[in-house]
Amino acid sequence: MARDVAIVGVGHSRYGVRSDVNIGELAWESISMALEDAGLEQKDIEYFVVSSVGGWSSEYLPAVVIGEYSGLTPKGTARVEAACASGSAAVKLAYDMVASGSVDIATAIGLEKMNESPTPTVVEFIGRAGNYFWEFHNFGLTFPGYYALYATAYMDRYGATEEDLCLAAVKNHYYGARNPKAHFQKEVTLEKCMSSRYIAWPLKLYDCSPITDGSSAVILASGEVARELTDTPVWIEAIGHASDTANLSKRDDFTYLRAARLAAEQAYMQAGILDGYEMYKYFDVAEVHDCFTIAEVMAYEDLRFSKPGEGYKMLRDGETYIGGKIPVNLSGGLKAKGHPIGATGVGMVAELTNQLLQRVEKDRQAPIEKGRAIAHNVGGTGHYAYVTILSLDRPRG
Amino acid sequence: MSREEKVSQRELFDKQMKEFEEFVESMKDSLGLPTFPDMKSGALQWYDQRWITTRFVISVEGIKEFFDKLIDGKFVTTKCKSCGELYFPPQKDCPKCRKSDMEWVELSREGELLTYTQINVKPYSFSHYDDYIVGIVRLPEGINVTAWIRADDPSKLQIGMKMRLEIVRRKPENYITYEWVPAEE
Repeated sequence: MARDVAIVGVGHSRYGVRSDVNIGELAWESISMALEDAGLEQKDIEYFVVSSVGGWSSEYLPAVVIGEYSGLTPKGTARVEAACASGSAAVKLAYDMVASGSVDIATAIGLEKMNESPTPTVVEFIGRAGNYFWEFHNFGLTFPGYYALYATAYMDRYGATEEDLCLAAVKNHYYGARNPKAHFQKEVTLEKCMSSRYIAWPLKLYDCSPITDGSSAVILASGEVARELTDTPVWIEAIGHASDTANLSKRDDFTYLRAARLAAEQAYMQAGILDGYEMYKYFDVAEVHDCFTIAEVMAYEDLRFSKPGEGYKMLRDGETYIGGKIPVNLSGGLKAKGHPIGATGVGMVAELTNQLLQRVEKDRQAPIEKGRAIAHNVGGTGHYAYVTILSLDRPRG
Repeated sequence: MSREEKVSQRELFDKQMKEFEEFVESMKDSLGLPTFPDMKSGALQWYDQRWITTRFVISVEGIKEFFDKLIDGKFVTTKCKSCGELYFPPQKDCPKCRKSDMEWVELSREGELLTYTQINVKPYSFSHYDDYIVGIVRLPEGINVTAWIRADDPSKLQIGMKMRLEIVRRKPENYITYEWVPAEE
C-alpha cells in the first residue's frame, strides 16, 4: 500500500528576467531555501527530480549541473519534461518514489532560464510545442496562437468578451503587486489591458504570461519521516494526471481542455470529493494555469468551480479574489508572478504550501479554514495536465 | 506607413541583433572578453562564442502518397482497410486495430470554420511574413484540418462559415501546401 507523503520544505526564487544569475545559481536560491525550511542537509536528500524544458538555455543537462552546483551529487537524478506542466510531473515522480517506499526523502526542483535566448527564438521554441510538422512547420502557430484558437471558440460559444478575459489579468496583476517574488509587481487597469497590442488575435499583450527566469523546490518525505522533521507537514492528498493530442486539430472542442478536466476528476476521485460544479467549496485557495487569460477561465470550468460556459462570470463577479467563492492565483499566477516553464508547477506547490501554513504576505494571504488547496498545471496547449490537492490533514489519518 | 516602407519583424530583429553583436565585438576588442553589462540590470553577461543552426531532416516515406497527390492537386489521407478509421494528418499505422494496411482516400474540400486566430507576433522562422491567419476547419467526414486562411477581409470571418481548401505554392519558400479560403470568395 502506498505511503502518505508530506511536503516538509519549500523554496522559491524571485521570478523575472534574472540576468544576475546563471542556471546553477538560480536553482541554488530555491534549493538552499527548501533545505533550510525542512531543516535538512543535502546528504538527507535521496533523489532529486529536475523539471526543465530548455532549448533556449545553454545547459543541455540541467539536472547534473544543478546537482553539482548545489552539492546534491552523487544522488540519483533525472530531468523530466511535460512542457509547462513539467514541474507537476517532477512533484508526481518525487511523490511516487516516496509513496512507493523507494526512498524516504526526495525533492523536486523546477528551473527555467528562458532569457538566455532572444524573444523571437523563445517564441519559435514554444510555437514548436505541438505537432511540429503539421502545425508549426507549415502554419507558424505560436503559443499565444494556440490559446487564441481556444479564446475565439470560447467567446463565440458563450458570449464572453475580451474585457472578461482582461479581468483575469487585472486580478492577477493585483496580487502580483503584493508578491515580492513576482516578475511583474505592478497593478494594471482594465483599460491598459484592453488597449495593449494584439499578440495573437484576440489575445493581447496583457492576456499573455511573460518570458520568465526562475526556480522553485519542494522537499517531500514519507509520513513517518515528516512527523519527525516538522510539526507542520502539508500533505499531498491527490495528484490527477492526463494528456491530450499533440495536434490540436485532432480535438473535438475548443472551449475546454479535456486533459485538465480529466486530471481534475481523477484528483477529486482520489480525494473522495467529486460532486457537481461547486468544487471550490472544498478549498481555501487555488493556483491555476493562467499562461493566457482564457486559460484561467477554462481552468475554473475544468476544475468544476463553475458549470461549463460560466467561468468568465466568476471573473465578472469578482468571485476569485480574497473574499469571493475561492481566491485564485494569489501569487499573481503565471500572468504576473511569471512562467518559467519548468519551475511553474513546483512553484505552485511551494506557493500553496505557504498559503496553507499562512506564511505569505498578509495582503495576499487566503483565510485558511478548510485546510485544503488545489494546483492546476497545464502543459503545452492542454497537452499535459496535472491537478494536485494539498491538505493540512493527513490523508489516511 | 506606406507599403514600400513596411519592415518585417525579421528585418527589425536582424537589425537589432547586428547592432548588439557589433557592440559586443567592440567590447571584446577593448577588453579581450565578450562580456557586457545587461541593459536593464547592469549584471555582467557573457555572449556565447559558439552557435549552431538547427534544421531537421524528417522522414515522410510512410506518407509519401499525400505529397504525390498534393502535387497533382488532390487532397488525400489514410483510411484503415481493416477498421475503417480515417486519419488526418495521414499516418502509416492504425493504432486502433494495430494493423498497418491503409488505403488512400480523397477528402472533401469544403468544411465549416471551427476557430481561428491571427498571428501578430511571429516566431523567428515566420518573421518575414505579414500577419497571417490560422484556422481549423471541420470537414463533413468529421476530420479537422489546420491551415492558413486567405481572406480579403479578415473581419468578415465567422465561426461556422463555409470554407474551401485550395492547394497553393507557399511563397517565398516556394513549396506546395494547402490553405483555406471563404467558400464564397
